[in-house]
Amino acid sequence: MTTLKTERLDIRSSDDVVRVRQLTRTMALAAGLGLVDQTKIITAASELARNTLDYGGGGFVLAELVEASARRGLRLTFEDKGPGIPDVEAAMKDGFTSGKGMGLGLGGAKRLSNEFSIHSQPGEGTKVVIARWK
Amino acid sequence: MAVNTGNVAELVGSNEQTILPEWIELQKKAGSLQTGRITENELASQSREFLHLLRDGLSRGGSEVSNSAYGPAKQMLADVSRSRALQGFSPSETATFVFSLKQPIFNVLNRNTTLSPAQAAELTWSVTLLLDELGLYTLEVFQKSREEVIVRQQREIAELSTPVVKLWDGILALPLIGTLDSQRTQVVMENLLQTVVETEAEIAIIDITGVPTVDTLTAQHLLKTVAAARLMGADCIISGIRPQIAQTMVHLGVELNVISKATLADALALALERTGRAVTRLKKATPASGQNKMSAEKGQ
Repeated sequence: MTTLKTERLDIRSSDDVVRVRQLTRTMALAAGLGLVDQTKIITAASELARNTLDYGGGGFVLAELVEASARRGLRLTFEDKGPGIPDVEAAMKDGFTSGKGMGLGLGGAKRLSNEFSIHSQPGEGTKVVIARWK
Repeated sequence: MAVNTGNVAELVGSNEQTILPEWIELQKKAGSLQTGRITENELASQSREFLHLLRDGLSRGGSEVSNSAYGPAKQMLADVSRSRALQGFSPSETATFVFSLKQPIFNVLNRNTTLSPAQAAELTWSVTLLLDELGLYTLEVFQKSREEVIVRQQREIAELSTPVVKLWDGILALPLIGTLDSQRTQVVMENLLQTVVETEAEIAIIDITGVPTVDTLTAQHLLKTVAAARLMGADCIISGIRPQIAQTMVHLGVELNVISKATLADALALALERTGRAVTRLKKATPASGQNKMSAEKGQ
């Protein structure tokens, strides 16, 4: 798998969440994703960016345009140095929230992506990687 | 380091007639007048005024920009910078105003024979530092002015984009455009609830055709708005959910327990039906223009 283009964006305020969506849109277009896939990955990015901001206390996103065996795709890595998630399995369940949200963000982001992985260490932070292929 | 800048002040004062034209020429060369946003006269009078203020600063303030003697000079730079920011100058065009003054002053220092080379070098250095600092100050003011412009535009956009329109007696429409963040939702909700009271509306149609992304937060905001409207006695219909948004919402797991319609027109038809009205056609539609007829005749 080769990376064709990489962009990094800090997530520090809710304006940055909008910026993450715009960046995702640009990259999704470059990856040649269709309208539905674009909307899906943008929405997933929006959820994860807001998690990074609200629960991780801010962090950054790494957006990569990747190519593997003539297929293009978009991979997004969200990373924060926040409190981490004590029970990742519970957090993935729909309806679970430690805040005031609907508790659908993480599970929703997983359903909206082709690839999803989450690593979280309490006290050290959280890293979520999603990808959507054409 | 306290350098006696009184010498420079004197030199600047006595050589104004050489410095000023040279400085203005440099500014013109850098393209200050090209865009036609300020006239040559304005540029000349700004330059002259700043040179006088700088001289006053140099004669009393030493090489420290923070000295109060530089107050008027900084004030003037701030004004120039602010007006240029509003006129649409680029940052480098704005900073050139100060930076291009270096060379004419250096030339005067170099040509002066009463100064020893060491003195001249020392003075040159302190003038460099001074003008650099003034240049940076100019950029800071410039930046701040641009930010003010952006904040003002944001406020304007926020006010612009949330109108509540009356479609019929008792039927309101709220066409949402753009991102629904918490702040805007608050404005939207207030507008909607206020208009519900004023117009005694029974049905409010929330149209989200112009909302690019519906994530869980947007959905939550929408549901809160709908719940609040219900408490005021108005039922809500959500319209304008595009196919890709509908698919995304299903995957996301968001359920909007609200009646929704694909288009605003469908929503209006439903709202009319619910309030006991219907739109009917009075007579058969007539052919709109003669052109169709002509082409039909040609076809025969």
